[in-house]
Amino acid sequence: MSSFDKDSLSNTFIVAIGICLVCSIVVSGIAVALKPTQQANKLLDQKQNILRAAGLLGQDSNVDDQGRNVDELFAEFDVRVVDLDSGEYRDDLDPDSFDPIRAAKDPDMSRPLSDSEDPATLRRRENASIVYIKRSEGEIDKVVIPVRGYGLWGTLFGYLALDSDLQTISGLGFYSHKETPGLGGEVDNSSWKASWPGTQLYNDQGEPDVRLVKRRSPAGSTAAQYEIDALSGATFTTRGVENLVNFWTGEMGFGPYLKRLKASA
Amino acid sequence: MSTQKEVLVDPIFNNNPIALQVLGICSALAVTISMSQTLVMCAAVIFVTTMSNVAVSLVRNRVPTSIRIIVQMTIIASLVIVVDQVLQAVAYDISKSLSVFVGLIITNCIVMGRAEAFAMQNGPYLSALDGFGNALGYSVILIGVALIREPLGSGTFMGYEIMPTVSNGGWYYTNGMLLLSPSAFFIIGLFIWAIRAWKPEQVEEAEYEIAPNEQYQEAI
Repeated sequence: MSSFDKDSLSNTFIVAIGICLVCSIVVSGIAVALKPTQQANKLLDQKQNILRAAGLLGQDSNVDDQGRNVDELFAEFDVRVVDLDSGEYRDDLDPDSFDPIRAAKDPDMSRPLSDSEDPATLRRRENASIVYIKRSEGEIDKVVIPVRGYGLWGTLFGYLALDSDLQTISGLGFYSHKETPGLGGEVDNSSWKASWPGTQLYNDQGEPDVRLVKRRSPAGSTAAQYEIDALSGATFTTRGVENLVNFWTGEMGFGPYLKRLKASA
Repeated sequence: MSTQKEVLVDPIFNNNPIALQVLGICSALAVTISMSQTLVMCAAVIFVTTMSNVAVSLVRNRVPTSIRIIVQMTIIASLVIVVDQVLQAVAYDISKSLSVFVGLIITNCIVMGRAEAFAMQNGPYLSALDGFGNALGYSVILIGVALIREPLGSGTFMGYEIMPTVSNGGWYYTNGMLLLSPSAFFIIGLFIWAIRAWKPEQVEEAEYEIAPNEQYQEAI
């Protein structure tokens, strides 16, 4: 024992290399072993978010009222990649692996937005994105599109669901945001979310015109059909939600695609 | 026998890492907004502190003094990544909101502090008890804070509604401040006050005292 010097140079190297080896084996072993479960979780979570936005799945449940689970419900959806500028389907991109948010960061797959084009403060927009279409007996039943935009503290990510007429909103849900709990965070409040279904999207000029307002117009008026109660104490979040809905359904977003879909229906 | 018990129980009230040493309060602010998050965070800290203490204690006689801090960091960081990966696999919903803070356990002063102050001098068994006890002391305070913040801040407990809030058509006006981080400071402050009133020996000696004004006569 007396010959062992733990502060010697050789021991320092041995310990450093040994610790690094053991730790990296443990960490990478765990990461590799758990990867399939983690990816399955992520995918399931995404499907749940889409189904919840479309109103097909309750907020806290994993099955619908007929007891069908997430995978069964999601199987009814047709997943397609859409070119946002032309509104055509892109069959060269695989919808299972295509990630619109990652594409928005890739200069080859996205375009920069000028300030006037960019109410939702995205800075770059992907050239192609994904749509989820639910058909029943050949007719379109629901269309779900991914939306995102800047709120107060960060980007809100969510899904917007449209009814078969592509004019009436069927639901909106955010799966990731950084808004203040209790104020902007109320975008997750189920009673506020329940005010979205039935709201009209496009005005007479064919432009998306959803408004989040302090005081709603009298019930029954045309204006009231486009209005949603703003969240109290969350002006920036409210403005962000309004902008992102109108952006993604407008000319720069899924507008061309939805127009084409409406014309073909 | 008595040392084992002391090592395990002392950090809970007598030498609480948050209340007496005021360590690791950063995560105490962030995760105590809901009880379920708090419990997961506490479990993660208990696991990391115990295991890192054991691991550091096992290698303590081999580790050169010059790189001991780096060795401790590497061990702690690996354990934290393991916890994070396991959470993502088994409790995905919670890990989504907790992931950032789980990563920050690496910088939690309690974990590092126990490894350096205790595990480097003691055997693995005692070190495990010490790590567990300190993490338990941390957990007690966190759970206490969450017990106040979640029901009063959002009217729920463990995600279940116990007081129907006004925004859901009930009667309870939620206290928005309790949902923001600073409120945890106040609650922890009140806890420290309560513990020191109960155990006055924890009160620190005043470092200085303001001298009386000697120039009183000159002022007139």
